[in-house]
Amino acid sequence: MKLVKKHDSGILEGDLTPMIDMTFQLIAFFMVLINFTQSESNDKVQLPDSELAKPPETVLENYRIIHLGEDGTAVMGTREENYKGLRTALDLQYRQIQYSNEEPADTTIVIRAHKNAKGGMVQELIQICQEAGFESFALRAEENVNNGFKYISPVPGG
Amino acid sequence: MQIRNANKAGEKIELQMTPMIDIVFQLLVFFIMTFKIVSMEGDFNIRMPAAAPQAAPPEQMEFPPMKLYLSADAEGTLTGIQLNESQPTSFQALNQEIQKLVGTDSGPGARESAEIEIGFDYDLRYEFVIGAVTAVSGTKTTTGDVVKLIEKIRFNTPEVPTAE
Repeated sequence: MKLVKKHDSGILEGDLTPMIDMTFQLIAFFMVLINFTQSESNDKVQLPDSELAKPPETVLENYRIIHLGEDGTAVMGTREENYKGLRTALDLQYRQIQYSNEEPADTTIVIRAHKNAKGGMVQELIQICQEAGFESFALRAEENVNNGFKYISPVPGG
Repeated sequence: MQIRNANKAGEKIELQMTPMIDIVFQLLVFFIMTFKIVSMEGDFNIRMPAAAPQAAPPEQMEFPPMKLYLSADAEGTLTGIQLNESQPTSFQALNQEIQKLVGTDSGPGARESAEIEIGFDYDLRYEFVIGAVTAVSGTKTTTGDVVKLIEKIRFNTPEVPTAE
């Protein structure tokens, strides 16, 4: 049997075009899907879900976010302390809003509370915000992909 | 003027692909590492001024004032729902009760006057509070459209448990 041996000294070049095409498509995919609103989230908080929680059609203009952890730790901006001590930070925010010629009453306090946090803590947090002069609140929840009410029967046999 | 043409006719220009591929792969790795699938988030808006709002005279109110109370055990699990005089056994039943009271066909203008005050035990887990807020604020039709029910929601004053 005669073996044919090529004696081509030229450099073999693979066709890179499909790989580059694919890579650019992947980059485009991730760029489109990247979610910059992640900066609003907090590792301490796992939101409750709700079937009616839909992303708002209009973006909130003036808002402050308060994260409330399961243990009562509140995070507002860079401050992290127990929610009962937030009054000072809220007063400061109130003055800053006034200084920037905005109406504090129109500023929405977005509360991102952990699903297992005590409801009473959320009530108290709202009360602290009210005392500081805020009156518009938004309770944030995660969109429930499964339709229907999650909690069916609180009463045994109900 | 003499125009110098550096490329001689017939000479093949070879692009350096290696740096571009390096950068492209670094970009790809960056996006893959930072990619995180998150659920969409939405808000329930409540307006609660510090001063208790003046209740409208009864003759101006299209719907009677509604009060909802959620009871909880020591672990924060929901144990009972009370809406005015009735006791729905689930959030679904509560939603149906609200639909009966407010009506889904009375038009959005009429439902705007409906107001509910939600109270609950201090220990009740927040997920149940959101469940109740969901049940009173709207319902989803079979086509997936959301019908709003009560838009004016407020919480009562918290009852802080006293230390024993």
